[in-house]
Amino acid sequence: MNRMKRTRLAIAGTLGAVTLAGIAVPALAQRDPAYDAARQAGQVAEKMDGYLMIVGSSSPSLEALVKDINIKRRAVYAEKAQAANATLQEYAFTAGCLNIARTKPGEKYEAPDGSINTRTSAPPERDPRCP
Amino acid sequence: MKPMKLTSPARTAHKAPMELAKMGPAGAAKTVIAVLGLLALPGCISVTAPDKPIVIELNINITQEVIYRLAADAENTIEENADIF
Repeated sequence: MNRMKRTRLAIAGTLGAVTLAGIAVPALAQRDPAYDAARQAGQVAEKMDGYLMIVGSSSPSLEALVKDINIKRRAVYAEKAQAANATLQEYAFTAGCLNIARTKPGEKYEAPDGSINTRTSAPPERDPRCP
Repeated sequence: MKPMKLTSPARTAHKAPMELAKMGPAGAAKTVIAVLGLLALPGCISVTAPDKPIVIELNINITQEVIYRLAADAENTIEENADIF
């Protein structure tokens, strides 16, 4: 009896956790489909300084998209840097390390020598200071 | 006494121009490959300058210590703002 009760409680707990997670996920804003497509197509690269750049041929819509994201990133970096008692450049560079680490195979990133690399399944080439 | 003379003396040595036919098949092939090799290369190494200026960002002021201190915070920031990362 006791065992059954415990099992039921465990099931109820698991269901509760799943429900909570289900609610929490959509709260996080997702990437704009155009931005996601540009990343996957290798039209944009993650730079070491924490911002995006256009790779290859540009278009007004792509320029607007990259500019918009970079302005938003800069605002976020600036706010968080101040809270962490760091400079904007320090915070942005740290985020750049992570952004490059988070690229998916096929996406592009800036290597320490300044060249633009395409991410493979292997770890990306990053600045030696990156965590 | 008559001076002694060979009945069929060899002709005097002479320099003949090199010809493909006289080099045999292997020699001819080598010459042809060498010529083709020269044709394939335009004769010099061409170095083209990049059309964009070379930008070397010297972030030497950013220390690894600072980056490690900020890493966890930055990770959260990226996850919280998934739409722009």
